[in-house]
Amino acid sequence: MRRSKYERPAHLLSGSDRPRLTTSAMIASIAGADQPTRAAPFGHALARLAEKDERIVGLSADLAKYTDLHIFRAAHPERFYQMGMAEQLLMMSAAGMAREGLQPWVTTYAVFASRRAYDFVCLAMAEEMLDVKIVCALPGLTTGYGPSHQATEDVAMFRGMPNLTIIDPCDALEIEQAVPAMAAHRGPVYMRLLRGNVPIVLDEYGYRFELGKAKLIRDGKDTLIISSGLMTMRALEAAKALQKDGVDAAVLHVPTIKPLDEATIIAECRKQNRLVVVAENHTVIGGLGEAVAATLMRSDVRPEGFRQIGLPDQFLEAGALPTLHDMYGISTAKVVDAIKGWLDT
Amino acid sequence: MTQIGHNVSLPERARRIRRHALRMGEVQGQGYIAQALGIADVLAVSYFHATTYRPDDPEWESRDRFLLSIGHYAIALYAALIEAKIIPEDELETYGTDDSRLPMSGMAAYTPGMEITGGSLGHGLGIAVGMCLALKRKNSKAFVYNLFSDGELDEGSTWEAAMSAGSYKLDNLIGIVDVNQMQADGPSLGVLNFEPLGPKFEAFGWFVQRVNGNDIDALVTAFDAARHHQGEQPRIIICDTKMAKGVPFLEARERNHFLRVEPHEWAEAIRIIDAGVQA
Repeated sequence: MRRSKYERPAHLLSGSDRPRLTTSAMIASIAGADQPTRAAPFGHALARLAEKDERIVGLSADLAKYTDLHIFRAAHPERFYQMGMAEQLLMMSAAGMAREGLQPWVTTYAVFASRRAYDFVCLAMAEEMLDVKIVCALPGLTTGYGPSHQATEDVAMFRGMPNLTIIDPCDALEIEQAVPAMAAHRGPVYMRLLRGNVPIVLDEYGYRFELGKAKLIRDGKDTLIISSGLMTMRALEAAKALQKDGVDAAVLHVPTIKPLDEATIIAECRKQNRLVVVAENHTVIGGLGEAVAATLMRSDVRPEGFRQIGLPDQFLEAGALPTLHDMYGISTAKVVDAIKGWLDT
Repeated sequence: MTQIGHNVSLPERARRIRRHALRMGEVQGQGYIAQALGIADVLAVSYFHATTYRPDDPEWESRDRFLLSIGHYAIALYAALIEAKIIPEDELETYGTDDSRLPMSGMAAYTPGMEITGGSLGHGLGIAVGMCLALKRKNSKAFVYNLFSDGELDEGSTWEAAMSAGSYKLDNLIGIVDVNQMQADGPSLGVLNFEPLGPKFEAFGWFVQRVNGNDIDALVTAFDAARHHQGEQPRIIICDTKMAKGVPFLEARERNHFLRVEPHEWAEAIRIIDAGVQA
């Protein structure tokens, strides 16, 4: 529980001067200090693809710069539509365009696409299997601005929507590969977007994105981490750290959350009796963790144990992202600590 | 303008649309029949004067798009689509039954000629905006008509769409609002006062006309003016209609959003419509 707004900050009362991180810009970088990155991978990938595919148009709800769509806008100004800060209209108009044979790529923040525009995604698009791509920045806990901008339950909401494909890419390379795969898929797709200077992580693993496929990125005999999006990056970092402590962690990356690659998940869980840890940048309610749990239960797979790393069922605090990631257990250090604790090493 | 049945007058088209709707209501024992009777004249002018389409090819690329935002009015649009020979007349007996192409609420996947899935109110105008933008990309000369209800004026999404249509100067968009003054909780203006309605749309950049939606001559004039208006702006025809128009005993019934009709009354209503054959 957050303290009462009538209590002043503790360090002011105690007179301590401990250094505190400050909340960064709306979209804090999730890249580590020495991590290689690529700028605006989504915007560049879409602009490239549009050169070959005349159907593609891009729509913004007054957030082009914050979703990397400004790159597309600069490359193809006549194919960019500014719909204003009107997310319902954003979805309705995209549905209308798709009905006329265009392939609209709509962009906004994940909170607005899910919470504000759900009915329009559901009935104007998904019910008709229209070919619209919804690409949304600020998934889960990727801003310190508080619940107004933190899409902690977008996957839970969208998983309940028939026909909708949901993907949660991990890094810049995967985003670049996901864009043409999304375009080739006929039907609505929701992508949780990392934008700005996006880390490059998967290059060292020889990974290729395939829509609908979970892939084992590294193997390990002690625990199997099943993860998506940002948390695959954390899981891979955690696995390296755990290795130094003699813990052998496998990482199964599940970028397509719906439809879920149940066969691969079941096969990996059956392969070896390990602790299964599902890590997601999302509330533990209704996301990848519960999807995996239900899959295993339905298939009579009983792993050594099952644990979730994810955001709590709370409205999260505002503050600096590293502080918040530690507080809610999704920083690399906290992932390492949690797994060690569960393995009792 | 579609070249079918030009020997049949618009009042006769409207009468037949009312008759088809009543027959569907009789099959199901219910339906939004008061709305259907009220909007029949607008649909007659839309399908037999204003819009271009091919009955045997409902997705013909050059057709005018007619969107029914009010899924609840499906019974009315089915009646018009039957009269337009897009749907065979014998299918009206399947209205609202299992395996029918004519479900109670209008859905694009079920029915030829049904362009969108309505019913979650406030969707149609925004979808129309997207279609208009796409048609302009394709250099199409087609119009997009969107029929929506006064109740949908309560929805914020309608006004998002209205503002964007003005902003994009969508001169290929023709909105039709059915102001029948009745919503689920009672008279529309008592639910939320949307008046003065014309000035609102004018302020959003639209070419506005307001007509008696049960006066066919006035409707013809308004639809012609909407289509031929030279301004680079979206057009709206605000149609004041009378619920249950054409069946006096239903018109006089205590006004109700979902009109209750006793089983024997359907045939009586059809008799009244048939007796009022118009030239």
